[in-house]
This record gives sequence, C-alpha cells and structure tokens, in this order.
Amino acid sequence: MRAGLGIDGEAMRFTFDGKAYWGVDGDTLAAALMANGVRLLARSFKYHRPRGIMAMGVEEPSALVTLGEGARAEPNVRASDVFLYPGLVAMSQNAWPSLRHDVGAVNSLVSALIPAGFYYKTFFGPPSRWMIYERFIRRAAGLGRPPQVADPDRYGHRAAFCDVLVVGAGPAGLAAALRAVEAGRRVILVEQDALPGGSLLRENVTIDGVPGAKWAARAVGRIRAAGGRVLMRTTATGHWDDNFVTAVERRVEPGQTSRGLAQVLWKLRCGDVILASGALERPLVFADNDVPGIMLAGAARALALRYGVAPGRRAVIATSHDEAYRTAFALAGLGVEIVAILDSRVDPQGPLVNAARARFPVLVDARPLRGLRRGVALAGVEAIVGTTRRRFVADCLAMSGGMSPVLHLHRQAGGALDYDAARGAFLPGAARQRQVTVGAAAGEHDLRAFLGPASIDDPLGPVVPAEPGPIWRGEARGKAFVDFQNDVTTADLALAQREGYVSVEHTKRYTTLGMGTDQGKLGAMVALAQIADERGLPLPEAGLTMFRPPYTPVTLGAFAGPARGDHAAPIRRLPLAEAHDALGALWVPAGAWMRPRVYLRPGESLGEASLREARMVRSLAGVVDVSSLAKFEIAGPDALAVVEAVCATPVARLGVGRGRYTVMLREDGMVMDDGTLWRLAEDRWLLTGSTGGAARMARHLSYVADILLARPRAAVINVSEHWAGLAFAGPRAAGLLAELTGQPVPAHMGLAQATIAGAPVRVLAASYSGERAFEVHVPAYRAAGVFAALVRAARGVGGGVYGLDAMDHLRVEKGHVVIGAEADGRAIPADLGLGGMLRTSGGFVGWQALTRPALADCAGRRQLVGVTSIDGVPIPEGAMLVVREGEEPVGHVTTSAPRVAGEGAIGLGLLVDGGARHGEALLAWSPTRKQCVPVQVGVPLFYDAEGARYRD
Amino acid sequence: MLLIPCPHCGPRIQEEFAYERSADSVVRLDDAPAVAMTALFSRANLRGEEAEIWVHAQGCGQWLRLTRDRMSHAIRSVEPL
Amino acid sequence: MGAGRYSALSLLRGALGGHRHWGRAWRAGEPRGPYDVIVIGGGGHGLATAYYLAKEHGIRRVAVIEKGWIGGGNTGRNTTIVRSNYRQPQLQRLLEYSLKLWHGLSDELNYNVMFSPRGALFLGHSDADMARLAERGDALIAMGIDADLIDRDAVARLVPLFDMRRDARWPIEGGLIQRRGGTARHDAVAWGFARAADNLGVDIIENCEVTGFLRDGNRVTGVRTTRGDIAAGRTGICVAGNSGHVAGLAGLKLPIESHTLQAWVTEPVKPMIDTVVMSQTLHCYFSQSDKGGIVGGGDPDFFPSYAQRGAPIRLEDSIAQAISLVPALSRLRMVRSWAGVTDMSFDGSPIIGETPLDGLYLNGGWCYGGFKATPGSGRLYAHLLATGQSHPIAAPFDLARFAQGRTIDEAGAGPMPQNR
Repeated sequence: MRAGLGIDGEAMRFTFDGKAYWGVDGDTLAAALMANGVRLLARSFKYHRPRGIMAMGVEEPSALVTLGEGARAEPNVRASDVFLYPGLVAMSQNAWPSLRHDVGAVNSLVSALIPAGFYYKTFFGPPSRWMIYERFIRRAAGLGRPPQVADPDRYGHRAAFCDVLVVGAGPAGLAAALRAVEAGRRVILVEQDALPGGSLLRENVTIDGVPGAKWAARAVGRIRAAGGRVLMRTTATGHWDDNFVTAVERRVEPGQTSRGLAQVLWKLRCGDVILASGALERPLVFADNDVPGIMLAGAARALALRYGVAPGRRAVIATSHDEAYRTAFALAGLGVEIVAILDSRVDPQGPLVNAARARFPVLVDARPLRGLRRGVALAGVEAIVGTTRRRFVADCLAMSGGMSPVLHLHRQAGGALDYDAARGAFLPGAARQRQVTVGAAAGEHDLRAFLGPASIDDPLGPVVPAEPGPIWRGEARGKAFVDFQNDVTTADLALAQREGYVSVEHTKRYTTLGMGTDQGKLGAMVALAQIADERGLPLPEAGLTMFRPPYTPVTLGAFAGPARGDHAAPIRRLPLAEAHDALGALWVPAGAWMRPRVYLRPGESLGEASLREARMVRSLAGVVDVSSLAKFEIAGPDALAVVEAVCATPVARLGVGRGRYTVMLREDGMVMDDGTLWRLAEDRWLLTGSTGGAARMARHLSYVADILLARPRAAVINVSEHWAGLAFAGPRAAGLLAELTGQPVPAHMGLAQATIAGAPVRVLAASYSGERAFEVHVPAYRAAGVFAALVRAARGVGGGVYGLDAMDHLRVEKGHVVIGAEADGRAIPADLGLGGMLRTSGGFVGWQALTRPALADCAGRRQLVGVTSIDGVPIPEGAMLVVREGEEPVGHVTTSAPRVAGEGAIGLGLLVDGGARHGEALLAWSPTRKQCVPVQVGVPLFYDAEGARYRD
Repeated sequence: MLLIPCPHCGPRIQEEFAYERSADSVVRLDDAPAVAMTALFSRANLRGEEAEIWVHAQGCGQWLRLTRDRMSHAIRSVEPL
Repeated sequence: MGAGRYSALSLLRGALGGHRHWGRAWRAGEPRGPYDVIVIGGGGHGLATAYYLAKEHGIRRVAVIEKGWIGGGNTGRNTTIVRSNYRQPQLQRLLEYSLKLWHGLSDELNYNVMFSPRGALFLGHSDADMARLAERGDALIAMGIDADLIDRDAVARLVPLFDMRRDARWPIEGGLIQRRGGTARHDAVAWGFARAADNLGVDIIENCEVTGFLRDGNRVTGVRTTRGDIAAGRTGICVAGNSGHVAGLAGLKLPIESHTLQAWVTEPVKPMIDTVVMSQTLHCYFSQSDKGGIVGGGDPDFFPSYAQRGAPIRLEDSIAQAISLVPALSRLRMVRSWAGVTDMSFDGSPIIGETPLDGLYLNGGWCYGGFKATPGSGRLYAHLLATGQSHPIAAPFDLARFAQGRTIDEAGAGPMPQNR
C-alpha cells in the first residue's frame, strides 16, 4: 500500500486510453499513472516525440490528456493538474493510431526541414494554394480535439472583498494568512492545489512536531476558525488595477460531472495582496532532455514523498544547486538506487552536499549531455564529468537548473523585477500597487525566515539559494529542448538570433517559445539565458516578455459565468408584454427591447398582416404600444434653457398645453434623435425620443444640464419607464377616445389630462401615422386596464391592435424619418428636409458644426427622397439607387413599404442631390437579392400633404 | 478594474462610471464656431496625465473632473463638476 | 538578403546545412542621414510605407525609426482579420485597394505572410439585421467588391458548430460573407515588409525613440531621437496609438484619442472554425488561427489609456457572446489575453495626409481596423511622402475634413470614441 503526504488510501478506478487502472484518493492522474508504471503519456506537438511527466503541477508542459467524455470532454488537461475521482476517463491526444505507435513521429525524421519559422520561407503562390497547405497545417496543429456540443457545466461569478488577499497556501502564505487573521483583518487565502502546504508536500519536514502537510492542514483550520476564507483549487489568474484580482475556483475536476457550479470566477477587491506563489524549477538543457523518465527534481521528490511513487528503479540526479540533493534522499527512501548525483558546480559545499556525499556517488563539474532512449523510455544518461564522458544506466533522471520565483501577478500588477545573479533569477522589485511578495516567490527558501518561532525539523537542513543551470553548448547530437510543449530547441533559438529576431519578443513569436498552454513557465528563464549567451549580453539585458493574464489557462465558460443562454444579455420586456402575448403578437428585437411586430391571423403572411393592420388604422382605429420610447420631464425656472440647448427647433413660443415635433443634434451637427416636445406648464416640459436612443438622450440631457449649463435650476428626470405609451390612431380614434375619457379630446398637437378605465392618463395629440392620433401615457403599472379599454373600443368599430411593421408602413407614407434608418448618424437636418425647422437664433447643441463649409452648402450631399415603384413591384429595402445597373450607387433605399392608402410600393431613400432630382427615374438595385426595380424619385410624402386628416 | 473615488459615494468600481471626454474639449453653446470645432476635434491625447470628465452613471449621477495618468491609470484628483 | 531568397529549395538547402547559412532578415540599422524620408513607427504600416517608397518610387534613402522592436505595437496585438466589406464608399475603396495587395503579398515580399482568404462572415440575427446586411452587400457589389448574402443553412454549413436554434438569445438568420477576406499572420507582415524594405536599402532603426522634431520655421527638417538628431526631407508619423504623443512633440493636437482594445486566445485545438465570424449586433468577432487557438475580441474599454491593459469585464462580455454563438467554445481554455492602444479618430476613419507643418505628414487614426489596411495604407502613404500629393484613394482621409465637415463615419456614431 502506498503511503504519502498527500494521499488518503481510498482506492479509485480510472481509465487511460481505454485501459483500467487503480489509484488512490489524493493522486493526480500523473501520479496514479506513474504508480501503475505508465510513463508514456503524450506525444509532443510538432515532432510527436514520446513524452512523460516533467513536472508535478500547472507548469507541466507535455503530459496533456483529454479528460471526460462526450459533452464533458476537456482537451489539453495537464495530467499533473487533475485529481482522481471515481470513474475518471482520460485519453491521450495528438497521436495516431496510438500513443506507442504514432505516425506523427515521422515529423521527427524530417525535423531538419521544419525548423522554427520554416513556413515563412515557403508555401508561396496564390492564396488558394496556400490554403491547401494550410489545411494540413491546421490539422496537424492543435493539441486536443475540441468539444462539438454545448457545455453542460454551469459557471458562477462571485465578488468578495478583503483586507488581505494571500495567494498561495505554502508555508510562507499560511504564515502570512495566520498573522493577518490573528491581527483581526478580513483575509482570503487562495491555493491552486487541492491540498495546502506547497513545498511542504514534497519535503520530510516537521513543524511544531507534526509533518509539514498536517501542519498546513491545521493552519487552514485555524484561519477558517478565525473567520478567514480559504479557497482551495483556486488559482489567482489576473491582477488588475487597484488590487482587483480575478481567481478561478475549480469545484469539480476536469471531466467530472458537477451537480452545482463546476467553476467559480472570483472577483476580489483587496486592500493588500500578499503573493506567496512559490517558485518553479528550471529544467536543464541538453540533448534529448525530453525522454520519458527525465523530470524535474522537485517533481521526482513530490512523486516520492507526496504520492509514495518511485519514479524509477535507478535514478541519476543532475543539478546546479543544493535543493535537488533532497530528491536523492527522498528517492532513496523508496528504495530507488541513486546511480549518481551530477553537480555542475566545481566545488559545492555545505551540510546537505556533505550528507549526500556520505551516501551517494556525487560527481562535481558534471552535467548531462544526452538522454539515452530505448523505445519510448529513458535507458541511461550520457554525461561529462570534468573532461571525461561517461554513461550511466538509469530509468529516471531528476534534473534541476535552479528555481525561478513565480512573479506573474506581481508583473501583471505593474511591479518591477530585479535580477539576482547569484540565484540566476528575477526577484520581485518595487511593486506598483499595495502588494508584497513573500517566501520562495521572493527568493526566500529558508522556512525559518517566515515561520518565525515555530520549531522546524528538517533532516536535510535549510535550503540555500540556487545557482543558474549551465548553458547548453551543443556538445552532443540531438535536440535540446527549451520549450517542451512547442518543441522549441536551442537550435531554433540560435536560428532566430542568426536571422535577426534578436529581441526576446521577436524570438518568442518567431520560434513560438513560451506560447503554449504552459505559457513558458519552465522554459522562460532557460531561454533567456541561451539568448543572452548568444547575444553576448548579461541575462537581464536580454529582456523579459510581459506577463499577461491568465496565469494558468481558464475555461471560457468561467468568463461568461451566468451570462449564458437567455441570460447572455438582458431582454427588456414591455409592461404590456403579457397582454400582447395574449393577443398573439409576433415579437421582434428592437435593441434590447422585444416589441410586437404584427398580430398574425391564421393563414396570413407577415406582409399581409402588417398591410391589413395599417389599412385598419387608415380607415378605422388602431392601438399600438409605444412604451419603449424615451421620455424626459424637464422642470424648473431654467427648464427652458435646457430644452433650448437640446432641441434645435424653436421652443420658447410653444404655449402651455401645446406640443411640436423637434430634433436633437449631436455636437457635430448630425441628427442624433427626434421626437416631440410638450409644454406641460410654464416651467415644465415633456420631451420624447426614439427607443434606441433613450440611453444616449439621458446621458446627453444630463451633460447639457450639468456641464454646459452649469447646473441650472431645473430637474431633468428620465420618465421613460414610468409611463407606458399607447398610440391610438385612425379617423374613428377621436370619437372613441372622447367616449372613453368622457371629455373632449385635445386639438391636434395639444394635450390634456384625463382618466381611462379609472387610471389617470395624459393624452398627447400627436400623429406618427398620418391619421388623427393620440399618444396616451399611463403609469406603467396601470397600463393593462387602459390598453384593454382602447383595444376594446377599437375593435368595437372593426379596428384593433397593430404592430411595428404596420406603424412603419404608415410613417413611410407620411415621410417621417426614423433614427437609425434615414437619420443614420451621418445626416444633418437639411439632408432630411428639416433644415427649415431649425432655430435661426442658434444656441442649440450642434449649431456651430452646421456652419462648417461642407455642411453649410448641401451640394453633393445625400438628401431624403421618396421613391415610388414604377411597376408596383416591392422595392427591396437597402437596395442601391443607381442610374444604370452595375454602376456605382448614388444613394440607397432606407425603408421600403407597401402603399397603405392605395396600391403599389413606395419607399424612402437617401440620394445625392436628391432635392434636385424629383421626377428622375432610377433603379433600386439589389444584387444580393437579385432584384432590380425601376423607381421614380419624388417628394418624401405620399399621403395627405395638406394635413387634412388632423382636422376634426 | 479601477477604483474611482466618487466624492459623493466613495471608491466605486470603474464599471459604474462612464468616460465622457477630456476636460479641455467641452464645446460651450456660445463658443464661436472656430473655437467650438477646435475644442471638439482636437486633443492633446497625452501619454501622461490629463484632466478628464467622467460621470458616475450607475451611481449618484454626479459629473466629475478626474486628473488621471493615462499610462499608469493613477488618479491624482477627483472633483465634482 | 539577396542570396537569401526564400523558397522550398532554400529550405532544403538549409536542412542539409543545419540552417546555418541564413542571414539576418533585416539589418540592425544605424541612424545615418540625411534621409529623403523618415517614417516614424516600425509597425506594419510604417514598414510597408518604407517598402513602397523604395520599391515603387525608387526612394531608398529612407529610415524607419522604431522606439522598441518592429511590430511590437498593434501589429503584434490585433486579431488578424483582413477584409474590405465596409459600408462607406471611401473606406470600401481604401480597403479593397489593400485587399488586392494582400492577395499577392507573400510573393511580392518573398515572405509567407500566411494570408488566408477563408472568408469574413457577418452574422444577421433578425430580419432587420438581414436587411442591413443586404444593403451592405448591395453597396459592395455595386463598388465591384465581392459579397454574398447567405441564408441560415449556408451559415450552418460554414460553421457547423453555430447554435442554430431559432429561440437562441441571438438567433442566426443568415449572414453576409466576403469570401476574399480572411486572416494573415500579423508578425509575418511586419517581418516580411522589414526584410523586403531592408533589401532595397531602407534603414530600419530599432530602439530609437523620437523625442522631438527639428524645425526651420514652419518646416520640419528631421527628428530628434534617443540616438541623436536625424535630418530628413519629409517625415511621416505612423505610430498608431502613440499618434497623440508624437504629434504633441510637434505641438500638434489631433482628432485622435488613444483607447485600449483587448483580445484573447485559447489553447490550440484541432480545426473547429474555418471562417472569420463577426457580429455587429453583438460586437464580437473570432476566428481560429493556424496554430489552432481561437482568437477573439469585442468592444474596447471605452476610456483613454496608453497602458495596454484594460478591465476583465470586457473579456467576459466578448467571451459570453462568442459562446452564445458557438456553444462548444465554452470548455476551451483561454491561454492569454492582451491589449493594444488603438488610435480612435473622431469619425472612426483613418487620417492620411498633411499636417499644418511643412514636411510633416500623418498616417493614423485607424481605430481598431488598421491591420487589414496594412499594405494599402503603406502604399498610399508612400505615394504621399514621395510626391507630396495624396493618392485619390487617400485624398478623402485628410486631416482637414473634420474642420470642413467632410467626416467619413462608418458607424454613424459621431466624434466621441467611446460611442463607436
């Protein structure tokens, strides 16, 4: 039975590539496979070289597998970053037909033809030919197979606040968190592993008499008991402005079925941030340093101590510093024969080294030259000791080129880096935010430094700072890998330098170094050392690339969180939505709103229905829901100043109880919105605007009032949602409304207060349809009764409800422009025939811009015109207006509609110099819809030019 | 994600605020056209500190003048407008 | 270069010789001078400008001055989309001019920029959307640019992983695709132009920042840099998000504000999306790179910044939208996110033209649409810098258009960049 610091004893069954194995609760998939003697886990990306486990954490570059099945399949999972659960199913990737016999290995044979950047030098010819090569490249690229179906998992977002965020529950992090909770601070501690302890999980250390792992578990208990929040399996992935940190919590393992949320994206606002993110071990660079069986010394130690697994029978340790010596002791404890410890230093000293010398063969001035492979596994190591080449028979090589502090979050937060030559590593420099780095991440590996008074018993003594690993000088044939995942070798780096891609950014992009899913965690420093060596520069001058979020890859679903399905964006529903549903409305999106488009009768097409509804309005009476329109009340002694600033039409002489059409311009003179303006009282106004422009108008009014007019004595209130609006239109509408209200209706462009079905309403006599019409405003929560009453009244005379499409047909006949269609943000009032409406005294937003030369004179500008289909064929909306088919457009059809009053087809359009072209025959040409309709240009008004319909 | 210290509400997340324009680009209603168009269409756009106009749109609605560094995002001062 | 011509044969030769014969793709230029033209900014546009100056106008005493490493700005940060399917005719002409150059660029430069016309697809989510797409398509075809209005079934065939349910939050009703559009390898464009320009004698001077301008009254006679003063007959600013800063050194203010735009990429997976997907209703766009990662983006961060970082909420929005279109994206993992500084012009269209100072020219204000214009922009700017006259296609994009009221506003959103 295996014993280890991190495993529990409960047996778990899992499969890998279809074969069943047993592991133990607490195992990672990597550890469990190693325990079962499975050492070949993957094939590398480019050369399809056999790969095993290199690291025991998120920094694993090669051992990527696909977890789970069907909808839960998750490709590219690091075997060392998934913990066993019952029924775990894992499959290898990127190999065919099998991991052991992969035809992709032929890439290795032709590797000379495919060095870094080879594709930039070939595949010339027309793009169509490139796309043929590209198809093969794309098929060969990519590591795992993507899922094909929707994601059954659910993801949550959570916000939390704390005085202190501690990242990492290793010894330094735990100590910092304990101090903070004991000082009464609100603390959050996040740890990406499933267990707390960090480095303690791969050492035989006791703290205060208990094994380090147990001390860590107890520390977590104490932190929680003191009110701290501890999130395990939670990785801090991004450090943004003002100590805003995003962290991702895995509530289930990859591929595992979740009953609740699978992952949670934490959004943490922190007073102080303590980074105890530890340090990652660096590999050594030598020929074939990727053979399965070659791993980092810390990984071998973790295998032995945390999981109770011997990584092999005969091991060689290769190192440039003390810490890897600990691995020899750990492996020996499981009966592994330590064949040799190769120390690249000439004269290593110290109690740990001496203790090792007493038990193991320690060779100095020694380093590996090549990993020797038999089949798919390590068979031995070729090394150089002094000047003598030697071979060692071994099935495990534990290597270490030093430790690199994990400084990603520090850098993301804008912190500086200081290079420490003795350690050959970058240490955290000045932080830009309230953030401090402790522990191994700050280069401090001695537990006594942060555990303070605790009694620490480490049989191997405290850790001493590391030295950088030796630079590879190509002394043996074979590929020396710097980036294992993207198969980037020292030869590739040399090639990049030779070709002038000398900066680390260029090198990285040219060779794809560090651009894999491991984000270059292992290879970054090693590559930098090689580059610096090639360029003859001290390492820190070779540069360091920017660290970007996320620290480890994050599932896209976690970013979306609850914003999925119908919640992907809010839908705005009208107050009368249920009533419309009951009437059989067909809904259409209008921005975020859903509005009724038509009320289909059985057997009707959309076009038939909307024309029926529109004709119903022209001949009888109809009710349409206009609740989504913007509405603002402006009141106070200076209200007129606000209105005059925003509205470009005359307003001061508008009498109380009267209204008018108005336009609102942008600062660049373009029509921004249009609507109606009503004077409710001497100092009280109501301004309406378009649905789509409501938010923009609200901001604009606020800006005008507070900034331009410097806080006038006027309140501007957005009442868009206070009032539901119902337009009641048609020749019968006035009579019906008088009956409903029991009082005379207001004259056209007048207003009145009234009551309908017991609800207070305001009646605004404005018309969009061209018939005598009334916009009835009622408090939104009282709308149902008023709507029902109006509909009943209309139906009583053979009318009824109408929708957006019918409303559109009606307004086209009257030549009313719509924001977004005719007023497309590029039209000034004169373009739309509204130039005469502008206030000559100026003083409105946009007046200065209209004086610009190209706008003051409209020559060559598109102008609003009406178009009539000469043969009565419907005019395709959006079609280009051309003199002859095939020519460049001189305009386009903005809206198309059937004639409501009469037969035929009409539309509105924007036409260059349209005002001077009435009577001209053009073509409405839509090549996408294969239509070309002859039209005649005319006045944009097709119905009741005299406005007779408005008179009672 | 910046924290912006609203004089009215205290430090709130950037998402609650909306950037409007740089403080020197306000077009007054009585500005002459040449002055107005220059204000509207030219910006210093410094790689450093500038005065900006923001509004606490999802909060108190207060208009604010921020002095903020566009390289570091550091906010030096916030005043109500 | 010269003997270092790229070809499959040269690769074979390299393979036999351990690839030791390859020389530098471009020389490490040293500031000399005086130059006929100095291009400030070693991004794709600046390098393309230098290339076309030498290639088409025979002007070889040219220096490209770059404060960092070439292609390190927006050229290395964009989402690699190449297309010309805009709505405004001036932009249609400009981008189509560029798209035609893309189609022969690899051969022209003898550097595979991996231009892949795999299609640029706009999605329509409602009848109104489809009408707008039809209008766009009609306008394009009328200008001689390819556009295909396609129905739901055709869209589903293009990207089988689309959520085609009719009751989806944003149902897919159809689309408009430009089949001649697609993607390219952004780094390769910078390197390709650099190598070709260098081969024609252009000096590419990296790690040299312009700190001021040399003046003679109203005339700019060169630049002051961290590596000394360099004289020039004409100087062209081409620095994207840093336009305001560099123009400020000449005492100029521009109708440009620098905003942050973020993007993200997933881990590499086997092919799953073959075309470029964009939605104007959703403001998100994504495609799959040749390496296998899904590259995507959405709205910018809506406030001025030079910091090349934004807020995570922007990433969340564009990802949520991408997942609603292609639900299978949900389980993929984002490997990296980054940001660029976009030079947002006050009508959303680029500025290519003279400045109020003699001898000083501007190419900037590309907002977030600069990459697709790289070869076209370079060639048009070269024309201006060589002849002192704007090419007819570039002429509408002069700096004076704002004061004169001739803005070219594709989105119809007006001057404020955050409304774009």
